Amino acid sequence: MEHYNMNLTLKVWKQKNNKAKGAFETYKVSGISSEMSFLEMFDVLNEQLVAENKEPIAFDHDCREGICGMCSMYINGRAHGPWHQTTTCQLHMREYKDGDTIVVEPWRANSFPVIKDLVVDRSAFDRIVAAGGYISVNTGNAQDANCLPVDKQRADESFAAATCIGCGACVAACPNTSAMLFVSAKVSHLALLPQGEPERKSRAVNMIHQMDTEDFGSCTNIGACEAECPKGISLENIARLNREYLGAMFSGSKEA
Amino acid sequence: MALNSKIPSGQLDSKWKTYKSTCKLVNPANKRSLEIIVVGTGLAGASAAATLGEMGYKVKAFCFQDSPRRAHSIAAQGGINAAKNYQNDGDSTYRLFYDTIKGGDYRAREGNVHRLAEVSANIIDQCVAQGVPFAREYGGLLSNRSFGGTQVQRTFYAAGQTGQQLLIGAYQGLERQVSLGNVEMHSRHEMLEIVMVDGKARGIIARNLVTGELERHFGHAVLLCTGGYGNVFYLSTNAMGSNVTAAWKAHKQGAFFGNPCYTQIHPTCIPVSGDHQSKLTLMSESLRNDGRIWVPKAKGDNRKATDIPEEERDYYLERRYPAFGNLVPRDVASRAAKERCDAGFGVGSSKMAVYLDFASAIERYGKVEAHKQGLHTTDKNTIMALGRDVVKEKYGNLFDMYAKITGENPYEIPMRIYPAVHYTMGGLWVDYELMTTVPNLYALGEANFSDHGANRLGASALMQGLADGYFVIPYTLGNNLANDISTKAIPTDHPAFVAAEKDVNDRINRLMNIKGTESVESFHKRLGKIMWDKCGMARNAKGLTEAIEEIKALRKEFWSNVRVPGDIKEFNPELDKAGRVADFLELGELMCIDALNRNESCGGHFREESQTEEGEAQRDDEHFMFVSAWEYKADSQFELHKEALDYEVVHPSARSYK
Repeated sequence: MEHYNMNLTLKVWKQKNNKAKGAFETYKVSGISSEMSFLEMFDVLNEQLVAENKEPIAFDHDCREGICGMCSMYINGRAHGPWHQTTTCQLHMREYKDGDTIVVEPWRANSFPVIKDLVVDRSAFDRIVAAGGYISVNTGNAQDANCLPVDKQRADESFAAATCIGCGACVAACPNTSAMLFVSAKVSHLALLPQGEPERKSRAVNMIHQMDTEDFGSCTNIGACEAECPKGISLENIARLNREYLGAMFSGSKEA
Repeated sequence: MALNSKIPSGQLDSKWKTYKSTCKLVNPANKRSLEIIVVGTGLAGASAAATLGEMGYKVKAFCFQDSPRRAHSIAAQGGINAAKNYQNDGDSTYRLFYDTIKGGDYRAREGNVHRLAEVSANIIDQCVAQGVPFAREYGGLLSNRSFGGTQVQRTFYAAGQTGQQLLIGAYQGLERQVSLGNVEMHSRHEMLEIVMVDGKARGIIARNLVTGELERHFGHAVLLCTGGYGNVFYLSTNAMGSNVTAAWKAHKQGAFFGNPCYTQIHPTCIPVSGDHQSKLTLMSESLRNDGRIWVPKAKGDNRKATDIPEEERDYYLERRYPAFGNLVPRDVASRAAKERCDAGFGVGSSKMAVYLDFASAIERYGKVEAHKQGLHTTDKNTIMALGRDVVKEKYGNLFDMYAKITGENPYEIPMRIYPAVHYTMGGLWVDYELMTTVPNLYALGEANFSDHGANRLGASALMQGLADGYFVIPYTLGNNLANDISTKAIPTDHPAFVAAEKDVNDRINRLMNIKGTESVESFHKRLGKIMWDKCGMARNAKGLTEAIEEIKALRKEFWSNVRVPGDIKEFNPELDKAGRVADFLELGELMCIDALNRNESCGGHFREESQTEEGEAQRDDEHFMFVSAWEYKADSQFELHKEALDYEVVHPSARSYK
């Protein structure tokens, strides 16, 4: 692969805190290597800002290998940028060419208030999981792991849903800011396994209730969530969640 | 102060059983009035917080990330070991124990390691019950694969995302306790001091990273589950935020630091591509199940990998270690890669890389698949296509990650890999009950030093983190807190809290007021370079002595010239990082002191002065059969305490994988 360097213009959302009004600011960076990751390009910019005695741009990031779900940039109008099934931290600069302008915003959703610059508060996701995204088994209660065979196909489907990293791109991508893909991934992960069966109905009902309480929007089957999901979580999960929820409601399950 | 490891007496395989049935208990009513602080929510912290919450303790958990689910355990790829013997290939609790002791180059405690092997099977049961979607066979039962340093298949896995699935399992358990009100969760908080009252750890000072406010939290006991300190090298496979701060604050309050120089360099990581590099990415050890490692036989061979014929390739691990081949332990594989590259056989533009090649595995799987599908074909393209699908199912996410980072397709051309800092076996010294030398202060998971000796085997970190959190601390904590049931919660206006908060505040103000010219990042990079060059894969007395002086000088420079922008009372990642790098600048010196003191090679610690003629690590059991536990005295002053390692069952011998 040919390596090259480039100069770029960045328009980045700056917002002092969640009470302040934000605005775009324009920055120039030069000598960006095509081998850098997108966040390493931000490291270069921040080093430049520190050297100029300015305040660097706040952004969330941690593992930088696409699994922790912390990074969350909205790049040129797309959650996590242009690469298919890729988090911001795994996007690399060979996507761009010399002279490009890149616009970077935080996730935009009422349920994800901005903390500072590109950093948002996604604790609503934790509260949705706390509402029922688990199997109630205390440590020490378990039987031998192989006592319970699980159909391989179902186990694989469950795993596919469980690979959700909770980054919130689905919400950011959705015009309605719906969290259905996230919630459906969690519900599917557990509903597809025999271990999840006893709490299957109450789980769906309680998690949906919490999702509504957090003021996420409604799902209108647009599909932007699936298209932008860095882990390829399928829309089939939303269909399953609807079935789980309706089934639970028709059988008289109430919120617990 | 004499170190007491509190290993129970009796036969090796009855120590833990006896402990469990004779330790003191706390009744449910009393548990409700005992408060526990858990710092860190990775596998050790989340499992401990959830389990202690279930038991009825009042738990407060803290993490610096925006959610407990993001702790760096999430990035563990390959798997988790357990002595289930589901494969009927001769595994047993003893064998897992033995492999771990040998893998650690006979520098771990027998009692701890045996306990770890005993509870390993319970971990798998627990995780399956929680809904962790491990890989399964068509019959519906759990699948296993091989990892380095063993000859059985005992590793349970979920594609290349095992850590993620295990952590989500523990996180779900934790959130369930949050919803029940048993655990109070504090995300985006960083612990900055241990509060000591009457010689015991009784709380912490934490900084709210959103508002910048300092908070005081009381606990009858404090559990540090804060991971390892590999980021002292700047470049490592750790997350950007992984740090030593909590452990280092504990160390300065009297907790001894065990074996700080024991660092694991992982053999298969994506090589450094330039000065901009901010972290390194691991390619799971599980890839060595199927990948073959090689370099060209000729020096400076610049042909493309696929143009180099079979007979001109040197599969150096298979050549040097025929019994274990590509699955030798990490320390051995890393040194062998370094040896080839240093000798001029490296590949890629930097020449600091070796190949990890899947072509033969793809072909092998392709043939099996063709046979299964009843295709009597010998067409290579068909076979390779079928094989690629199998490899994709096993390692797809890793191959994707490699392709995104390097821009190359690893299904077609071999991966280029090189060793990188990955894990630290050293950590806070703890006794059998996981308590540090500070009463009521515990360390779990990678944050402690206890179970892996001088080298950790693959798939054993997840095992240890969950063992400590799910199955060890619930017993050992009660044994201590049974003496504390009449201790009332200490109000946080107690002078000890006031003084601790003032110390933290003063230090933050000092950092902010330096107003120098050099960024925190720049100091961190400079420290990392010293550490990697002089306290990395190979170490010698001259380099270590130099490094100690260089680190001291760098620390002085940091405290007079660092620039921390922004304000204290706001979200300020630069300030968070400045505090962490300041602590790394002290830890780095202790690591070099420890490495200099340990004038032998063992596991991941390779002293060039102590090697065999064939370049293998040479231990010196006569002089170094001990744990180094360092006590902090003052700046740059540490006192060494030795805990002798008594091997009652295993007889230490030269570690051979040939």
